[in-house]
Amino acid sequence: MTRARRLGTALLGGGTGTVFLLLVLIFAGILAMNPGFFEGPSLMAFLKQAAPLVILAAGQYFVIVSGNFDLSVGALVGAQVVIAARLIDGEESRTVPVMLVMLAFGIGVGLVNGLITTVLKVQSFITTLGMLLVLYGAIRLWTGGAPTGSLSEAFRTPGRLGITGVPVVGQIPWALLIMLALGAGAILLMRTRFGRILMASGDNELAAKLSGARVDAARTAAFVLSGISATVAGILIGGFAGVSAQVGEGLEFTVITAVVLGGVALGGGRGTALAAMAGALAIEALFTLFNQMALPATLRPAVQGVIIIAAVAYAARRRTRPALQSTASPS
Amino acid sequence: MQTTRLAFAAAAALGLLLATGCTTDTPADDAATDESAPAADSGEWFVQAEYDEQLAQRDIEPEGDPNTPWLQAIEPEWVDTTEFKREGGDATVCFSNASVSNPWRVTGWITMQEQVKVLQEAGAIGEFRTSDAGDDDDQQISDIQAFVDSGECDALIVSPSTTATLTPAVETACASGIPVIVFDRGVNTDCATTFIHPIGGYAYGADAAEFLVENLEPGSTVLALRILPGVDVLEHRWAAAQQIFGDSEIEVLGNEFTGGDAAEIKNIVSQYLQRGDVDGIWMDAGDGAVAAIEAFEDAGKPYPVMAGEDELSFMRKWEETGMTAIAPVYSNFQWRTPVLAATMILNGEQVPAEWVLPQEPITAADRDEYLERNADMPALHYAKFGGEDLPGFPDAWRDR
Repeated sequence: MTRARRLGTALLGGGTGTVFLLLVLIFAGILAMNPGFFEGPSLMAFLKQAAPLVILAAGQYFVIVSGNFDLSVGALVGAQVVIAARLIDGEESRTVPVMLVMLAFGIGVGLVNGLITTVLKVQSFITTLGMLLVLYGAIRLWTGGAPTGSLSEAFRTPGRLGITGVPVVGQIPWALLIMLALGAGAILLMRTRFGRILMASGDNELAAKLSGARVDAARTAAFVLSGISATVAGILIGGFAGVSAQVGEGLEFTVITAVVLGGVALGGGRGTALAAMAGALAIEALFTLFNQMALPATLRPAVQGVIIIAAVAYAARRRTRPALQSTASPS
Repeated sequence: MQTTRLAFAAAAALGLLLATGCTTDTPADDAATDESAPAADSGEWFVQAEYDEQLAQRDIEPEGDPNTPWLQAIEPEWVDTTEFKREGGDATVCFSNASVSNPWRVTGWITMQEQVKVLQEAGAIGEFRTSDAGDDDDQQISDIQAFVDSGECDALIVSPSTTATLTPAVETACASGIPVIVFDRGVNTDCATTFIHPIGGYAYGADAAEFLVENLEPGSTVLALRILPGVDVLEHRWAAAQQIFGDSEIEVLGNEFTGGDAAEIKNIVSQYLQRGDVDGIWMDAGDGAVAAIEAFEDAGKPYPVMAGEDELSFMRKWEETGMTAIAPVYSNFQWRTPVLAATMILNGEQVPAEWVLPQEPITAADRDEYLERNADMPALHYAKFGGEDLPGFPDAWRDR
């Protein structure tokens, strides 16, 4: 009985459970519209296309749970793809060196975000908004507005190809494997001492500091992790679809929404990495559902906004209730 | 509890931002807002007379030398400009640009600057002053006002960000007594000395749609990919396509807004392919066309019959795959015309009141010729940019 109730609370109540319920509902909707979606190949195609957002959500989760924002990820993804195209310029042999340069660039951007936020005490909202503009402007300046060069076949492999000839599913995308590996890494990382410090910094900064935790170092590391996730996402998105001038645009809002949808509280201190990633999956599934329903394109953002607000409000309502009950009737 | 509330309120606000975020960069927000009924949008943007005129203009032989299409004009009505005649070659020409926010505008902007260099060396114009409004109407209104107030512009070129909002600013400029040249998108006044534009959106959309109808069996399915709603030149393309598809036996599976984002395009096309066959792709602009083609490759489906644009990445993919395709053109060489028109006006030479430039799609017949001409050019470059004879070619466009 209690177990059933606890399960019920987990699923319908507490912020993190709601996202799984939402995911189930959306998938049920897709199943009703088009049962073919759950056949191996099309499911794999869905996961391949969702992988970059899931990875970005994991990176954003670290930053949000420690009490900050990273608005620069969309611009960083765009910058990384443009840098890759320009530096590789179609030469296969440059693939790996350029990927290392991108990784260094992603870490560098994360480090700058983190240090400005923690050392200079600039609010992360402002720091990363500034970084968004700097990256956007610098890339426009560098490329004159239109990206040049092209990506190599090897660069495009992780985002576009996979292990072929697998029974039932057809192809297991590399992007899915990368997503699973990084997702598992994110979950494990939150169980370490570092993870607990990160959570504590978002929950109560002062208490965390007084108990001897190096809050600033942990928060800076969170920004670096976000920068790395944007780099990986950039490699996958660039690989998936190639270079375009618009790549990455608006991703920061999609990913923050995904994380919040996963029940991670803005302001930090609450929520799990798994739920944040499930939030990203839910957003991608929602886009798919809209497509299956052939919803007029002009109506979609509005419906999407309503669903997000409703889901988060629902989670908030359920979350406040147990606390009230516990004071009223301790049984 | 308080903080939780606050946090969720912020989350809700973010959701709203996400919902509206994709329309904030629309240069025509006002037009985009009342598009709730998709069935009505053909009526809202479709003007039969303009549609008929543009489709007819495609078959009219333009006046002028075909080797310099940027100086050709379709059925020009010449106007006298002796009132603006000016002695000496040091005229200051000012240019208020809407933005360089997409590769098509970047390509054209380079061409314009190279043309200006030639005119400056020839002593036809002196200073060339420019402002970039970054797709912001208010910014462009104040840019134009600043040019007018300075009193130093001998001619003003405007590439308007949106039609209705920029009209009063252009009227003010006309009233100051200097010649005003409007190009690309129009304004709701004919006070400008000349309005330069290619045939237009209806012709573009019709070129693409007619090709699909001709090359597909009756009953075939077509997916329409569109950049964003509410921009007149793009809405006209789709309105024309709807007319032509409506009169044919083609089934339109859907029309999707992609923001021109390659990843979005590939997602959408992949999802349609999961549900069934797509025989043709119609696009209102070629951005991301290659991603659409790759979606067919990755799904193991045969190539569609396709209408892209004269963007090189698409044209190269077209050649490589040998697919059945057409590249409709929204003549990028129009960026050369305004500065040339300015020098003509300042010399007191006649110009067409409405300068309609030719707009011819690239077909399989002349595709290879254009690819060869543009062999050194980057992927996001437009084949009919018309700058091959300028001294800056090819470096200025290649090393952008």
